[in-house]
Amino acid sequence: MNLGISATEFVSQVKEGTISVEEFVAKTLERIDKVDKKIHAFITVDSQNALDKAKAIDKKIKSKEKTGVCFGMPISIKDNICTAGLKTTCASKMLENFVAPYDATVTSQLKSEDAIIIGKVNLDEFAMGSTTEFSSFGPTRNPWNTEYVPGGSSGGSGASVAALECLASLGSDTGGSVRSPASFCSVVGLKPTYGLISRYGLVSYANSIEQIGPVAKTVEDVAFLLNIISGHDPHDNTTAKNPKIDYVKDLATGISGKKIGIISQMTGDGVDKEVASATNTAISKLQDLGAQCVPISLDAVEHSIAAYYTIAAAEASSNLSRYDNLRYGFDFGTEGYEFKAFISKARSNFGPEVIRRMLLGAFVLSAGYYGKYYLKAQKVRTMIKAQLDEAFKKVDYLISPTMPVLPFKVGEKIDDPLKLYLTDINTVTANLSGIPAISVPFAMSSSGLPIGIQLFANSFKEKELLQVAHALQGTTTLPEITP
Amino acid sequence: MTKIGLEIHCQLTKLASKLFCSCKAEYRNAEPNSNICPVCAGIPGSLPLLNKKAVEKAAMISLALGCTIPEKIGFFRKNYFYPDLPKNFQITQYNAYGPTSIGSDGKIEIEGKTIRIRRIQLEEDPGRLVYEGTSEKTMITLVDYNRAGTPLVEIVTEPDFETPKQVRMFLNVLADLVENIGVSDPYLEGAMRVDGNISEGDGNRVEIKNVGSFRDVEKALHFEITRQQSLVERGIAVVAETRHWDDARRITVSSRSKEDEQDYRYLPEADIPIVLIGNRSIEQIKTQMPESIVAKRERYIKKYGMPTQVADVLSSDRFYSDLFDKSHNETNAKEVSNIITTDLMGLADTREKKLELKITPKHITDLADAIMANKLTRNSGKSALHEMVKTGKSLADVMSSLDLGHVSDASSIEKVIDEVFQEEEKAVAEAKQNPDTINYLVGKVMRKTKGKADPATTLEILRKKLAG
Repeated sequence: MNLGISATEFVSQVKEGTISVEEFVAKTLERIDKVDKKIHAFITVDSQNALDKAKAIDKKIKSKEKTGVCFGMPISIKDNICTAGLKTTCASKMLENFVAPYDATVTSQLKSEDAIIIGKVNLDEFAMGSTTEFSSFGPTRNPWNTEYVPGGSSGGSGASVAALECLASLGSDTGGSVRSPASFCSVVGLKPTYGLISRYGLVSYANSIEQIGPVAKTVEDVAFLLNIISGHDPHDNTTAKNPKIDYVKDLATGISGKKIGIISQMTGDGVDKEVASATNTAISKLQDLGAQCVPISLDAVEHSIAAYYTIAAAEASSNLSRYDNLRYGFDFGTEGYEFKAFISKARSNFGPEVIRRMLLGAFVLSAGYYGKYYLKAQKVRTMIKAQLDEAFKKVDYLISPTMPVLPFKVGEKIDDPLKLYLTDINTVTANLSGIPAISVPFAMSSSGLPIGIQLFANSFKEKELLQVAHALQGTTTLPEITP
Repeated sequence: MTKIGLEIHCQLTKLASKLFCSCKAEYRNAEPNSNICPVCAGIPGSLPLLNKKAVEKAAMISLALGCTIPEKIGFFRKNYFYPDLPKNFQITQYNAYGPTSIGSDGKIEIEGKTIRIRRIQLEEDPGRLVYEGTSEKTMITLVDYNRAGTPLVEIVTEPDFETPKQVRMFLNVLADLVENIGVSDPYLEGAMRVDGNISEGDGNRVEIKNVGSFRDVEKALHFEITRQQSLVERGIAVVAETRHWDDARRITVSSRSKEDEQDYRYLPEADIPIVLIGNRSIEQIKTQMPESIVAKRERYIKKYGMPTQVADVLSSDRFYSDLFDKSHNETNAKEVSNIITTDLMGLADTREKKLELKITPKHITDLADAIMANKLTRNSGKSALHEMVKTGKSLADVMSSLDLGHVSDASSIEKVIDEVFQEEEKAVAEAKQNPDTINYLVGKVMRKTKGKADPATTLEILRKKLAG
């Protein structure tokens, strides 16, 4: 049985009856058992439940009952998205034993379409990081070379899909957290427009910029998942009330006559040579398909990293205040503690990166500094949005490499936060402005490490964005992962 | 000169649900921690959903207090660690970066004095802390989150009060006002809480918190003014601080906490998009506003010639003015207002008693009409009212069961008077000498007829008999 098929192929094969859901899920669990010791994509694997569900879905199919469109597709979910009855740890000691009493909207949407939640996958603690090294339960490793990082913070999502431990995954993208692992693991990852997907049940890190995003092997799979999880949610006031769109339909429309802007600030200095050359190849391939590619300058991007870390840290310091271990958390009694002492003792269980960002956030919000940092960062955000609005008057899409660098080794940058922050330079723009961006696997470096290309479109233009991504994916054939 | 400013927290108790979730706004009498959900308990991943009705009610308060309502309102997070805050921040409103709270710059006249309202903001109430244990060592703190997320409006005044009495009057007017516009029941326990700040001359400002009732606000302010004045007289500077009202000792005590130095690190609440209010919705809210207390009072005086005092009492109480408006007509208005303000209000002088009243407008209408048609004496009317509010029975039923029909035929009354004359020889003799004591005999007749005898007829016959 080939576990390397796409989610879409899986659905048609199950429908045709060439594979049984139970068999596929069982093989997937075997695969997890075999490879996850090395990769560590999963925090929790829900084996028994997955098998039970698979059997139930096979039965439904046999008796010709109406079956959800996922037909038992095994999907992994980042461990900062709530799943009733299954732990949601955020890869933090603070939530080591936390079981949410409810399903996130995306979780219940997947369940009601008969997806099988096969497990919860690793991340940087509370999604703060770009490498998945800051998990309290140990780092996830890149399936293409386990000495390398898988990107982050949704490293578990990227790695679990790339390592054939599931057919698709849901991650969350605050500053590139879906696209970075998609790029480093050679899979597709979408950061949708802010407000397209419900955040209800996503544990907040920086709530004004983050979105849940699908990770899968193909653009078509991503479109398929987007059909299920997008749309207005009465549980999330920030979701938009737009008419429902079918993202799979017309995916192969093509891009003839489309205009694509090459972002100068993301393709020049500081970009790895092999990454730059892959980007140029991608551009010429798109031109071959009839698109017109022109350079475009977005100078506000130069301030984007500073603005991103200011805003994200500020929101994080507030969002993470609730973890005081009074109402939920880990085993630690209140006996004998005065309130403040208890709080500081309990909160000393956060990892170093979370503490760094909370301190930074508390600082930029403190009296006298709010205007100097937080408001200024918001101004940069407005500036970026304005420049993008201008750009999208001239072009349909924007293009850049997803990551300016190739995957690096585990431990290589962990002690230099600034260096690490700078690897987000190409991804944070989409978060600060709210626009959608997708990472498409495009090439392999000479050392066999994946390179992803990033495409942007204007807000709520996911359908068009997926069309160009699909076109780009069709121009390249990439190696399959070796078992 | 004394300067006093107030911060009043008023729960919007008339709303069905909390400010950001669908849990009940009425948390009282529920099992601890039973009126909660992922949102108000701050469970990870939950998001606040703004209760639009709360915005409307807060806008009504703002309009009633003459405030300006901005085009757009927004919410902020006020960050601080406290066990009664499930998220360790409170969702509130904040005007430091431009007016985005539901109301600002209002004013209200209290007995000719203008009190300026600085701002009105909509926010969530925290949970409740319950302390148990007898000594410091055995003391434990219990937290009940049932109240967490209850919609609250904070009203901040300018320091325009000079005396505690003005404050008390303002609070009474404010309580009547929120009750009248139907947003809150200010007399529910904890529904209206007041913090005050006081300064003497150019001295430092002292904040007073934890005051339970309006009467205590006045007392706490008195105490604090005396304390500050005696410090000033002795040349000691007043320290800027927060003091708590100690209910048992009837004094204010320094809180020792450094709350004034706390940095709340305000941050826009991105989970709640900016709410566009706009002129159209304001106009719509205006049409929903009930008649103001002032307008009602004017109407009562002008239309019915009600004495000012009666109009005052009646218009300021929503419950009784509603009852009046529903039970009177052109002819019986005066009698109805009499029954309500003298008899009914006397029967139900507390909030609890008021809630127990089984009275309907029809009761009052029937009663007024019966008295005016001379079918019932005012005295018997009082008894009938008493019975009606207790049982909810109709006036006819009550009159027959209590045998309250009016006795006005002279022969029946004469019979009773004859009886009284036999029993009260001494009093009769006295009355013959001194006509002023006749009331004693009237009283005896009334007692024997259970108040049913017509007073005029009784007096006439008595006079005749005494003279004869």
